[in-house]
Amino acid sequence: MKSAVIVFPGSNCDRDAHDAIERVTGEKPAMVWHQESELPEGTEFVMIPGGFSYGDYLRCGAMASRSAILPAVVAHAATGAPVLGVCNGFQILTESGLLPGALMRNAGLTFVCEKAPLKIDNGNTRFTSRYGSTSELIIPIAHHDGNYFADAETLDRIEGEGQVVFRYGNNPNGSQRDIAGVMNEQGNVLGMMPHPERAVDEKHGGTDGLALFESLLGSA
Amino acid sequence: MKAKIHVYLKPGVLDPQGAAVAGALHNMGYEEVTAARQGKLIELDLTGDDADAAKARVDEMCQKLLSNPVIESYSIEIA
Repeated sequence: MKSAVIVFPGSNCDRDAHDAIERVTGEKPAMVWHQESELPEGTEFVMIPGGFSYGDYLRCGAMASRSAILPAVVAHAATGAPVLGVCNGFQILTESGLLPGALMRNAGLTFVCEKAPLKIDNGNTRFTSRYGSTSELIIPIAHHDGNYFADAETLDRIEGEGQVVFRYGNNPNGSQRDIAGVMNEQGNVLGMMPHPERAVDEKHGGTDGLALFESLLGSA
Repeated sequence: MKAKIHVYLKPGVLDPQGAAVAGALHNMGYEEVTAARQGKLIELDLTGDDADAAKARVDEMCQKLLSNPVIESYSIEIA
């Protein structure tokens, strides 16, 4: 599967995303600068990596979600192709309107950087199918603005539709209903604050992120 | 012309930073403070002299970039 990683000024997990994708697919993803207006031909999977695009100015992800490449990502998502946003990528996806809700300053006001226990809330998605009977994971988090907010009506709706994919075992940031990752209604766009690309090698201290990429990228 | 845009969190959206500010004021002895909400003030310098047209354009800017309608409201002053 041909993949692309979008790179913004201030992205800092783009290399980790690149390496995780290469590990699973055996193919290097294209690294696409935010000023491009098209994805490389034949791109199937698009990943928006973590970091601090545009220095988190105005709101996290606000400027990036209005950058030149985003209309191409939105159009790509509309075809049903898979899009994954991690951390700042999740913020960019909510700011762009591809995912519901918003990510606010952590309730404790501090940057949190730790291994977070997660529960898979929906194991029947293109992002989680390879986890099998595993329902609890440890995936690293590192963010200052991961406090998921949506109004009660939206929360009820996304829970009802199975769009909540991951929840925190030990809510680190005040997120409504412990939500750590949500997907769109069609099930092809996922945003999550935890970093699966930082848990794909024993040297990372864990490999619980690997099955997410395997689910998506369909390796054996 | 100048536009002043106040962006603030909608009622009902928890504001941890505002709560920390209120807590700090309490600790300093300002017990009359019952709540604090923190927002943003954005100032724009604009060309043109039609205030109504400017306001309509700035309103569009607020909807497209300067505020996030999921969590924020805004008000615009043109001067």
